[in-house]
Amino acid sequence: MVPDIYRVACAAGFSGDRLGVAKPLIDALLKHGGPACLIFESLAERTLALAQLERRQNNQLGYEPLLQEMIEPILSDCVQAGIPIIGNFGAANPFAAAAVIASLAKEKNLPELKIAVVIGDDISGSDYQRIIEAHLAKSDQELLAQSQLVSANVYLGAKEIADALTAGAQVVVTGRVADPALTVGPLMAHFKKSWEDWDFLASATMAGHLLECGAQVTGGYFADPGYKDVPNLSNVGFPIVEFDSQGNICVTKPESTGGIVNRLTVTEQLLYELHDPAAYLTPDVVADITRATICDLGNNRVELTGIKGHPKPHSLKANICIDGGWLAEAEISYAGHHALERAQLAAQIICDRIGEDLALRIDFIGSSSVFMSDSGEGPLINPSKSFEDIRLRVAAANQDRQLAMRVCREVTALYTCGPAGGGGVRTSLKPRLNTLVAMIPRAEIRPSYVFYGEGK
Amino acid sequence: MKNHLTPLHHIAHARTGDKGSRSNMSVIAYRKEDFPILQRELTEEKVKDHFGFRHPSAVKRYDLPNLQALNFVIDDLLDGGVNLSLNLDSHGKSLSYWLLSMEIDTK
Repeated sequence: MVPDIYRVACAAGFSGDRLGVAKPLIDALLKHGGPACLIFESLAERTLALAQLERRQNNQLGYEPLLQEMIEPILSDCVQAGIPIIGNFGAANPFAAAAVIASLAKEKNLPELKIAVVIGDDISGSDYQRIIEAHLAKSDQELLAQSQLVSANVYLGAKEIADALTAGAQVVVTGRVADPALTVGPLMAHFKKSWEDWDFLASATMAGHLLECGAQVTGGYFADPGYKDVPNLSNVGFPIVEFDSQGNICVTKPESTGGIVNRLTVTEQLLYELHDPAAYLTPDVVADITRATICDLGNNRVELTGIKGHPKPHSLKANICIDGGWLAEAEISYAGHHALERAQLAAQIICDRIGEDLALRIDFIGSSSVFMSDSGEGPLINPSKSFEDIRLRVAAANQDRQLAMRVCREVTALYTCGPAGGGGVRTSLKPRLNTLVAMIPRAEIRPSYVFYGEGK
Repeated sequence: MKNHLTPLHHIAHARTGDKGSRSNMSVIAYRKEDFPILQRELTEEKVKDHFGFRHPSAVKRYDLPNLQALNFVIDDLLDGGVNLSLNLDSHGKSLSYWLLSMEIDTK
């Protein structure tokens, strides 16, 4: 009997990830022919807060800015082959994201899509204020009281995604869900396991964990020439996980792509951003990988088995984002004779002038910053002969915009008031965000989903 | 007896992740037979000392013999992390290579 295999392919590991990677994944899924889905993970810790700021400027925005470009090349193939697309590309405005996908489908003359929108993660409304405050640490309560709230979102689990798929969703748009939920949802919808089958949920979660950073499991973020070589990294393939009803995981990638899947890449990604390996906390399950084994099957196929699960935690993690003042950064280059000494003198001048008012960070960055030509010709680093090229970087942060701005002004003034030969000043002043974490009891959160066009 | 000091990166690879100002670093032996060397050499104290310039408040090590890997969870390593640190690498992602520069005794 052919084992029941479900394939999950991942075409994004963060907002702004490489475009054009979904097509080889879909081609591979179509070649296999079995049941499958495509996921896009595009929310890092701060992405949602930045999206919320964008939505404040324009209430039609606040979703993944590359959404159209991500979906366009593969939407028709997915719809025709019955491959659902699941993404947290809704960010701060999932209904706007759904609208983009609906209109893209229309442009492509596809029949009207069933697009589900998962809701309930956003707890920035005033009705949640008391609940958030009650579950923050005392010092964070004070910070929140003094600052402007930018966003507040709970990490939802996989249940609503699974329910939407079971109800026939062809696309599921979410805001904040736990990254692995994008994988756990379709696996639960397909295999129809109990939501208390902890071992299965834990395996599905770790499959999602391996997929959620995109190419980080297929040779991206791995190469160290001579130690860990990766073939054709410029065309690194994105991952596909083959998952069976017993919870066995096989990680692979499209044959047509570069990159590598081996024991080393899978081990690095399995432990990525994991703390206690016996208790990886997610909204759906507490996963335990202490008895997991990794078997390299060769040919870019690696099997992961032996994952255990424990009952899900009682509370859900929420990220509360608040305004965090201003970050100022400024740089200037000194190269050639005595470059480091001149850069150090420049740094001393900056410290003398503003070091009492601002906590400054000083970096001396050195390799090549100014002497090479625009076409790349010129003096290269010669390890046997010290060649100096130092780029001085000064950074500071402050609630007071004018005070932070002084970093930019003082570094710019080094042009005429500082040491000799300084060049190439660049300055930037950016608003900062600060994140607080609250653990919110499940009973306070009401996740659900609606079909676009029906619910709103 | 003579020491056989060698940089950690000759026998192991690593990857770093972050949650706030807490960093986690996996250290994975290339060869199964080198895993006991990692266990012996990479104590919580030595790792804390190696990162002393960042003033970590605590280091916890988890051993995963099946995977020939160690996982270090290091508190307050990142000067406040991605939101607050003034470091260019506010995630501390490059720090795995600082750990891999540590000299260890392989005998």
